[in-house]
Amino acid sequence: MDVHMRAELPVRAGDATRSIIKIAVLAVGGQGGGVLTDWIVAVAERNGYRAQSTSVAGVAQRTGATIYYVEMTPDTGRAPIFSLSPSQGDVDILIAAEMMEAGRAIMRGFVTPDRTTLVASSHRVLAVSEKIMPGDGQADRPRVRKAAEDASYKLVCFDMEKIAVDAGSVISSSLFGALAGSGALPFARESYEETIRASGRGVEASLRAFGVSYERALTGEREREPVPVTADASPSVAGPDRMLREWTALMSRVETLPEAIRDMARRGLKKVVDYQDLAYGSLYLDRLDQAVAVDDAVHDYGFSVEAAKYLANAMVYDDIIRVADLKTRTSRQGRLRREQGVKDNAVIQVTEYFHPRMEEICGTLPAPLGRYVEARPKLFDFFDRRINKGRRIRTDSLRGYLMLWTMAALRPWRRSLLRHNVEEAHLEAWFKEAREHARGNYRLGVEILKCRRLIKGYSDTHARAQSKFFRVMGAVPLLAPREDGGEWLRRLREAALLDEEGKALDGALKTVATL
Amino acid sequence: MAERSFASEVKKLRMGEGETFHGEGILAITKALLENGVGYVGGYQGAPISHLMDVLADAQEILGELGVHFEASASEATAAAMLAASVHYPIRGAVTFKSTVGTNVASDALANLASGGVTGGALVIVGEDYGEGSSIMQERSHAFAMKSQIWLLDPRPNLPSIVDAVRHGFEMSEASNTPVMLQVRIRCCHVHGAFTAKDNRRPEMTVADALDNPRRDTARIVLPPASFLHEHEKINKRLPAALDYIRRNRLNEMFGTQEADVGIVLQGGMYNSVMRSLQRLGLADIYGETQVPLYVLNVTYPLVNDEFLAFCEGKKAVLVVEEGQPDYIEQALGSMLYKAGRTTRLVGKGPLPMAGEYTGQVMTDGIRAFLADHASELLPSRGRAPNLPPLPQAAAGLGDVVPARPPGFCTGCPERPIFAATKLVENELGRHHIASDIGCHLFSIMPPFELGATTMGYGLGPASASAFNSKSARRRSISFVGDGGFWHNGLTSSIGNAVFNGNDGVIVIVDNYYSAATGGQDILSSRADNKTKSTKHPIADAVRGMGVKWVRQLDRTYDVGKMRDTLKEALTTSERGPKVIVASSECMLNRQRREKPVIASAMKSGKRVVKPRFGVDEDVCTGDHACIRLSGCPSLSVKKLDDPLRDDPVASIDQSCVGCGNCGEVADAAVLCPSFYRADVVHNPSGFERFAARLRKRVIGFLQHRRESRRLTFAEG
Repeated sequence: MDVHMRAELPVRAGDATRSIIKIAVLAVGGQGGGVLTDWIVAVAERNGYRAQSTSVAGVAQRTGATIYYVEMTPDTGRAPIFSLSPSQGDVDILIAAEMMEAGRAIMRGFVTPDRTTLVASSHRVLAVSEKIMPGDGQADRPRVRKAAEDASYKLVCFDMEKIAVDAGSVISSSLFGALAGSGALPFARESYEETIRASGRGVEASLRAFGVSYERALTGEREREPVPVTADASPSVAGPDRMLREWTALMSRVETLPEAIRDMARRGLKKVVDYQDLAYGSLYLDRLDQAVAVDDAVHDYGFSVEAAKYLANAMVYDDIIRVADLKTRTSRQGRLRREQGVKDNAVIQVTEYFHPRMEEICGTLPAPLGRYVEARPKLFDFFDRRINKGRRIRTDSLRGYLMLWTMAALRPWRRSLLRHNVEEAHLEAWFKEAREHARGNYRLGVEILKCRRLIKGYSDTHARAQSKFFRVMGAVPLLAPREDGGEWLRRLREAALLDEEGKALDGALKTVATL
Repeated sequence: MAERSFASEVKKLRMGEGETFHGEGILAITKALLENGVGYVGGYQGAPISHLMDVLADAQEILGELGVHFEASASEATAAAMLAASVHYPIRGAVTFKSTVGTNVASDALANLASGGVTGGALVIVGEDYGEGSSIMQERSHAFAMKSQIWLLDPRPNLPSIVDAVRHGFEMSEASNTPVMLQVRIRCCHVHGAFTAKDNRRPEMTVADALDNPRRDTARIVLPPASFLHEHEKINKRLPAALDYIRRNRLNEMFGTQEADVGIVLQGGMYNSVMRSLQRLGLADIYGETQVPLYVLNVTYPLVNDEFLAFCEGKKAVLVVEEGQPDYIEQALGSMLYKAGRTTRLVGKGPLPMAGEYTGQVMTDGIRAFLADHASELLPSRGRAPNLPPLPQAAAGLGDVVPARPPGFCTGCPERPIFAATKLVENELGRHHIASDIGCHLFSIMPPFELGATTMGYGLGPASASAFNSKSARRRSISFVGDGGFWHNGLTSSIGNAVFNGNDGVIVIVDNYYSAATGGQDILSSRADNKTKSTKHPIADAVRGMGVKWVRQLDRTYDVGKMRDTLKEALTTSERGPKVIVASSECMLNRQRREKPVIASAMKSGKRVVKPRFGVDEDVCTGDHACIRLSGCPSLSVKKLDDPLRDDPVASIDQSCVGCGNCGEVADAAVLCPSFYRADVVHNPSGFERFAARLRKRVIGFLQHRRESRRLTFAEG
């Protein structure tokens, strides 16, 4: 629900400030908290109130958490003494311009169930700490949403950023609308709108965002969560008839698999066929059969589901051909234009950033030739010096496009290239190990499959990821005899995803060594 | 030029007698200066007083009409030294800076000024950057006032009071021949309120008058024997004159019934917080009628002995509300009571904490505890309760969920690539001792860069690495200094020092064309045309003039590869002496403010405009986030794909990207991945461009169709 409210507001005894309305605004620097604050003061004055606002603007504001504070009371002709900062448990309206800032307000005691109307935008502006983790570092939003419901007297919470952007405005307008719609201030809608008009710039867009947000807060209409457009598992596909027939045959092979696996298998199959060809898809299903052979219904085919996922990811390794292929597709052009918000006929120059090294070139050579060069460091370095540099390729130009298009044309020969040989060997070893352990220690087998998640990135990043993978996998023999071996392997993997250098992983490995 | 235009603020400075001024506290002070016939104003920008400087810089016309000289001083020391104009001449002067950091820098000049004394009113407006939102060490300005005998005003934080304080500051300064410090806290500077304006006044003597009629008096110069006489004069003449002025004009205020047998003595700046606590305890109404007597020290130095003792008369106990430490006021008041043989209990630090900001909760808890001990009959039943209900259960454990959000580099900041390059160099050559400085570039100490070990003061980055000058070490130190700090004093204290002492370290001067962290004011090396200031003095020239032989000027910090190679060369060259890299690119915040309207109008008028923005190919990105660990840009975030095959969120660039280039450069220099692309959208392309684009599109379309008709193509989604 967009609006969540308690039954009644208890009365505060003894407190002389009951006639003062206290409003705190928590925002991320750059969100326009100052504009919102000015509007709140103006709407108060327009309604015969005395108001005062303060802030702690300064360099601390640059992209960091900021706070603004407003107090107001009906004007009686005498000057009231207002406070310059909010107090815990003494805030009537808390406006949070971002979900985690709402969480911060709750932590700071500015949101209390006896009185605080919390107007919070549910969208996220990720903090640096959430973005830099090699894994998924995003904070737990539902947890904060739950806390917001528990901590506030009334909660008005929906994506106000989206409303603002859709209206061509900024979030201060939709926050102002939600504040008005929450009914927490005794002012009419018109006076808010007049305030926006009087402020001058971008009035029409601001009023649009204000209006949508106002209605939403007023009616408490449920946020239309974008129904997860979970990609169609049986995708629409086009191509030559012969290929389509083969595709249908592969898809019907999927239908013979246990129910639990089918969805993931369809997605995996699509991914590998899209990457290479139908024969590759067939190989994928063969491998999946091997997983099913060591699996059973008692475990809900958990091992096979993970196999369906990670086999596909392992078979679709990232090489030059793949990148060139993806970047020259029609679908890519469409997506790029959509993301940049330009029409199909707009003139747009596109620069791609490549930095190939001799390692990648070797990987793209026929396996024997690639090995020959790799075994000769001097020769390798000779080429590396000429190849290893940044290349900016303009794919809107014919020359640049053709270069990538030609590289992508190597696809049919991929199986004979060095990189493929290396990847295949790696895959086979990992997959075999997983199957073997699954027989004796099912959970461990599953977790071994999941360790494939560690391998990602290109170049150095890829090398670092691989070294993490091998370090985690190195603990498998130690864990195999343990009943909780799978759980330990999971912990190792999670630790490996916490930081780049693998410090957390080192610590976790030490713990495992003492088991 | 500065980040914003202050035209509407400047208009407010023109208000005349009887008009109601609405605006920020710091602007009210600016207006009050003009109303009180100030002859000259100087200062150094910094939160929370930047606004005063910015507005006056834009108010040249008014200042010219009134004959007021204004300048943006090179440093706080320069600003304080400027007050020398009030030593011999009856000209009112005011300077302003951030405190305590600015006062630290200014203290040499302030001490000299205070010794000789002044003839014209000399006002030092210090923006006390203490508590929430502060970016500096937590100290008090109070000690500076005491040690140099400068009077310290700490008025109640509302516009009429601070405007009054400006007038009293000048008059008291003149009455006692002593400079006066007017202390205003962050929130007071930014509080929006109103006061009744007066006409602006032309100074009785302008600086031009003084220049044409020079005066001197050896007795006012700090050199023996005069300096010994100054000390006696301070005690025998100036202090009594000041105390007399405070008493006569009732600068300190008493509120509430004097009947009660307890009372509160407070700094003027604490008044609203104390009042709020009393209001919440039911002991005062919202207009300030209080049942607990208050003695408000609008002057916190000097203290008025007899006034205080009179307040304590008949009181069992008195609470001192004095924010910060040491508790200078409490100690002084205690000594007064003791010497007078009084039995009134003095309470202060105890129920109130010694350290930290007096937030609403801290203040209420402190006052409640004091009253519970000494006047429990005053407390209504609710107020007597020991504590407010604990934080709601909802907050439990949120600390583990809600991420910290420290300040960081803005979108497209030109300093980001400098630190990305530094991180790359460290990956290659190992970790180095890195000395940081004050300015936006100090954000390098935060994730994702986490570079820099110390910060010792503005312009002192390289100076703070001066001990690390060893011929036997295999590594060199790296130190950073901003253009602001460089001109403030870094040229001599950092660069000159390094040349003179043969320091072998690497010095990176971060030049973003402005004093950016304080609001984008122009400085000597700014590239903008400035009507009233002389700009465009290259830093590299100054550095060479100082005697540095190894200087590299980089004019595009976004070239991460070049930045990295230059740093590497500096760290490894066999050349002796300091290696100075001047890394220059315009502050993106200011550049956007400058360019956005120009571009918008160009686009509107049909001119060809190319707008760059970056994007990420989500199917190429593997979700490792190595790029973010070399960026931290607000516009570069991550998003979870709706694909069960993918575990980790992929990088994603939002609409706010300004196309600075860091993403692509880093991907290239660090050999990350090919998922970034740069899209230059051509607005209003020429006819030929359109034609060529159509042609290319047709050929590319043919190639695409050819390939895609021979393979299976899956619909996206």
